Amino acid sequence: MSELRLMKGNEALAEAAIRAGVDAYYGYPITPQSEVMEYLMKANPEKTTGMVVLQAESEVASINMVYGAAGAGKMAMTSSSSPGVSLMQEGISYIAGAELPCVVVNVVRGGPGLGTIQPSQADYFQTVKGGGHGDYKLITLAPASVQEMADFMKLAFDLAFKYRNPAMILSDGAIGQMMEKVELFDPIPRRTDEEVALQCPWATTGRKRGTQKRVITSLRLVASVQEEFNIKLQNKYKEIEEKEVRCEMLQCDDAQYVIVAYGSSARTSMKAVEIARKNGMKVGLLRPQTLWPFPSKQIETLINNGAKGFLSVEMSAGQMVEDVKLAANGKAKVEHYGRMGGVIASPQDIYEALKKFAK
Amino acid sequence: MAKVRGAVVIDTEKCKGCGLCVEACKFQVLQLSQHVNLKGYTPAFMANFENCTGCTNCATICPDAVITVYRVKETN
Amino acid sequence: MELQDIIKEENIVFKKTKLLNDKPLSYCPGCGHGTVHRILMETIEELGIDEQTIGIAPVGCAVMAYEFMEIDMQEAAHGRAPALATGIKRVYPKKYVFTYQGDGDLAAIGTAETMHCCNRGENILIIFINNGIYGMTGGQMAPTTLEGAKTSTSPYGRDVSTMGYPIRITELIAQLPAVRYVTRQSVHTPAAVRKAKAAIKKAFEYQAEGKQGTCFIEFLSNCNSGWKLSPVQANKWMEENTFKYYVPGDIKDNFKLLKNPIIE
Repeated sequence: MSELRLMKGNEALAEAAIRAGVDAYYGYPITPQSEVMEYLMKANPEKTTGMVVLQAESEVASINMVYGAAGAGKMAMTSSSSPGVSLMQEGISYIAGAELPCVVVNVVRGGPGLGTIQPSQADYFQTVKGGGHGDYKLITLAPASVQEMADFMKLAFDLAFKYRNPAMILSDGAIGQMMEKVELFDPIPRRTDEEVALQCPWATTGRKRGTQKRVITSLRLVASVQEEFNIKLQNKYKEIEEKEVRCEMLQCDDAQYVIVAYGSSARTSMKAVEIARKNGMKVGLLRPQTLWPFPSKQIETLINNGAKGFLSVEMSAGQMVEDVKLAANGKAKVEHYGRMGGVIASPQDIYEALKKFAK
Repeated sequence: MAKVRGAVVIDTEKCKGCGLCVEACKFQVLQLSQHVNLKGYTPAFMANFENCTGCTNCATICPDAVITVYRVKETN
Repeated sequence: MELQDIIKEENIVFKKTKLLNDKPLSYCPGCGHGTVHRILMETIEELGIDEQTIGIAPVGCAVMAYEFMEIDMQEAAHGRAPALATGIKRVYPKKYVFTYQGDGDLAAIGTAETMHCCNRGENILIIFINNGIYGMTGGQMAPTTLEGAKTSTSPYGRDVSTMGYPIRITELIAQLPAVRYVTRQSVHTPAAVRKAKAAIKKAFEYQAEGKQGTCFIEFLSNCNSGWKLSPVQANKWMEENTFKYYVPGDIKDNFKLLKNPIIE
């Protein structure tokens, strides 16, 4: 039976990890996401489900512990916030290069540098455009509620294992810290070692005599071999782009103008749409739940259905707006409105920006 | 009286001619060849087969694991 | 007795372990890496634990170790092997896990991962190859390079007043209470190789007990290419110089310090 609770976003995510049958959490404290590990340590799932929870010496170590466990076929995750996720980029690139399924959670705060501990969405580029070195993509889920913090935990692992690809939950300080009602899904038992071996024949669980050894590596010294691997990755990414786009559309059917926003920004934008509608503007909201793959086709469809312009509302200097522009491909007006440094734009601010944009 | 006799077989194409086995052999059985292998190394070979006791020192020190050692008790 | 009478299958007393494949090792002639690879694989084969063992390769000369070792392996980013090993061991506490790391990997870029892995007493084996130089990148100064030694990045010799002292990380690690077994070995003579192999065996036997406690084996190794000596000369040089600063022998066994590792 599912269970109703009032929880912080970070706590809901942690509880969902236990319920999703995650094998290991390796992390390092950082505001505003420390509740994830605090909750897990208190819940002590090692005694119930057998899930390992370990406080590492750094984010660098955490992500590499995730690499090790994921390479051995286990469901492993870590969570952090922006500066910590920057430290993890090396490991994430290696994980992508070794095609390992795992989940990284980024409860974003304002930057650059130490920045602020207030919510931000300025890590969009880092997450969907690379972050680490080399041609790779992270399946990126953007929760906009405490409910989605819980639900996306399981979804992220499902997608990561389906495609043998790292997945990122790109949240923000507001979603992580706010308390809301959440319906928690029923616990799923952790896979046994035998199930892991069956499901992940590529994983290093110990080579049985007379079988091929398994090697988890991102090293391919011969240029043609590396290129062949890059092509394989790109084909995988193409498939993910075709099949795994998720988004929510609100009042878009007759919309002339569409706000594109995710996470906390989507919540204030929702209210802005309401104000605009009351004032006679035909406005809708497109809320990407996956930032990569990005809902480009949905934007194209909206344009074909009469949308004239898209306002990308973000807590950044304008990052996702570039993907909206690429999707609109010159066929509609695209602009950015946002606040930075941890400031959340109010619905009224967004409505004013919308009026200016629609002129 | 029983005498211990030994012999080694060296994978001469994989031998890198480092000479550690020559140094390790107490009975001067091994030497480096005058000829080069396909990789351009001068591999070790048994120059004094009669002296070999099959003690495995050469194989123990060999970094490339190219030496197989044989030993037998000679009884007359 | 003729040669063909001796060279018979039934007379074999030494042959390459099955856990090393037939690929030619990528190391320079006479390099200690190959010997350590071999005795490590021999020990795993003799203990019969190959189906339960997962190895971690480093970045450095041994980056391709997984090409030669016929067991399941993971390749780590530079210095991160102990973190990978932790990640694996925690989810598979009954499997055998080892890392194989060089001095740059373990004692420079991966110092934090190494120290904290040992401080948690992860029940793994850390194999540390110390040849006092960065071999793969072409002979640069390592954290372990001896004072005065010339390398491509210390062309006038290591000046400790600006470059710091050669680090005895093994002695530092021995101080950590969760570390079970620390020893410094070498593979420069057949006798040393046999002793070193016994140390590896002991470490795996400790690991089999399934208790907290890291085992740490340092191997003093030559780098004849980097030192610009012949393999035989390099081993002699090591005995005469390296051994004075990095003294071989057991430092800690079963959590007990055997000697005060702080050397004057």
